[in-house]
Amino acid sequence: MDKCLALFMLKKYAALVAISMAALMSVPASAGGQATAADQLTGKLVITGASTLAPLIGEIGKRFESLHPNVRIDVQSGGSSRGVADTRQGLADIGMVSRAMKDDERDLSAFPVARDGVCPILHQENPVQALTDEQIVEIYTGKISNWKLVGGKDAPITVVNKADGRSTLEVFLQYFKLKNVEVKAQVVIGDNEQGVKTVAGNRNAIGYVSIGTAEYDAIHGVPIKLLPIGGVAASTENVRTGVFPLSRPLHLVTRITPSGLAKAFIEYAQSKAVHDLISQQYFVPLAH
Amino acid sequence: MTSSASNTLSRWPTDRLLLWLLRGAAAIAGAIVVLIVAFLVLEALPVLRHVGVARFFTDPSWHPAEGFYNLTPMLWGTVFAMVGSVLVATPLGILSAVFCHYYAPPAVARPYRWLIELLAGIPSVVYGFWGLVVLVPLIGAIHPPGPSLLAGIVILTIMILPTIALMADASLAIVPQQYLRGAAALGLPRWATIRGVVFPAAKSGLCTGVILETGRAIGETMAILMVCGNVVQTPHSLFDPIRTLTANIALEMAYALGDHRAALFVSGLVLMGMIAALVAAADWISHGRIYG
Repeated sequence: MDKCLALFMLKKYAALVAISMAALMSVPASAGGQATAADQLTGKLVITGASTLAPLIGEIGKRFESLHPNVRIDVQSGGSSRGVADTRQGLADIGMVSRAMKDDERDLSAFPVARDGVCPILHQENPVQALTDEQIVEIYTGKISNWKLVGGKDAPITVVNKADGRSTLEVFLQYFKLKNVEVKAQVVIGDNEQGVKTVAGNRNAIGYVSIGTAEYDAIHGVPIKLLPIGGVAASTENVRTGVFPLSRPLHLVTRITPSGLAKAFIEYAQSKAVHDLISQQYFVPLAH
Repeated sequence: MTSSASNTLSRWPTDRLLLWLLRGAAAIAGAIVVLIVAFLVLEALPVLRHVGVARFFTDPSWHPAEGFYNLTPMLWGTVFAMVGSVLVATPLGILSAVFCHYYAPPAVARPYRWLIELLAGIPSVVYGFWGLVVLVPLIGAIHPPGPSLLAGIVILTIMILPTIALMADASLAIVPQQYLRGAAALGLPRWATIRGVVFPAAKSGLCTGVILETGRAIGETMAILMVCGNVVQTPHSLFDPIRTLTANIALEMAYALGDHRAALFVSGLVLMGMIAALVAAADWISHGRIYG
């Protein structure tokens, strides 16, 4: 019995040694493998363009750098038009463009990395189920100031707008063809969470936030309701497939068909490995 | 202080060491303010140069993305919120300290003081959150929309109350006992003693308390940002939403570029100017005897 146990122990010990040996051997092996792969990827990538995309690409760049220690990713923001101009002139290896590509930009190769969707939100107890685009424009410009006029109860509308410079504001204004000067708001907020809390605390408020945030909060019991736009339900799924109108693609663009480092980075930015980073920035990852 | 070099004490090396340590500490404390102002000016300079100072007060609105930079409504917002909260908090704080010192039995006074100290330690974002989920809906039910100058004043009052209450408490505690005994010997009633003897004796401490609470009221950001609505407009009533200069910086800094960013540094400069004016005014009113 004792002998048996000893044998068993010995076997177990041997197995352990074998496993640890294998682990020890495999570590340098894999490190070596990575080193050879990394050797092919050296140098610096300059990426410029949309300030909406810059934080996300910055995060992806950091993760890419940690995988390939000989690579430096330099991300600078300055607007989508700068991204296009810099890429055309060769000042940047990759440009960031936070909108659909225009017809006169066919000379660039565009690679979508994510989508950005914005939806109007109301308090859950607001009886209004949908608003037309014209109604939303009139509410935001102050022409409609009571819910009664759009089928709700007799109560003044609290219009919640975003602070200047936010990308959600940009998407919203662009879709409804508004200027920020024309918007007559009762509350101006900063980030998406503040918008959700403001609407959740005010039965007569209307606001708009990133769909990613709104959907997460609505599922987790926050009393808000996501309004459809043009009959399309506001959901990350509809943003992903591109049918939700109040959304835009986020692109990386290059002048020529990318190769080497630029190609590797674009493929990485489009891969599943960065979906968590995309969701963290309240964007919607694309299906693969 | 002026005679420190010729002071007999400075013969001792430890005293000389202490002197240099103190000089160093004072220099650091002074240099921080100078550096901050220099940095603000440096960052604001580009927009001041090609937009000009005047447009920050004469433009039709604050829409920095479209090139309008009027700061006046936010200046008013800051002033109204500050004045309102100081007007409410000061009597409340001083009278609560008087109660604590001269009327409350010790069994009440001690836990009461703990509570005020606890109030001073609550982070501002907690006040803001409470304001957003409790106070704002409450005000909204009385007079929509809810986020308003009134909400800001209430939150600020609660936040600065412990500052003035604790300062008043401390300055009442150091009123010399013989003053009180003298007043008692003259047969003065308690309230007359407090009004005629204690308040004049504690004046400098009370003034410092008011300056500190006003400074806190001007500088508060997070809580104000959450309850005030942040609409850039000069308020016409207590129920109108406002945006303060501090909230303006916190709201827009994260995404601001170029002139917009520099314009936010101008907001910071205006804020510094307000605080400087406040300190100068307090110094002038008390003829330089606040710290005496």
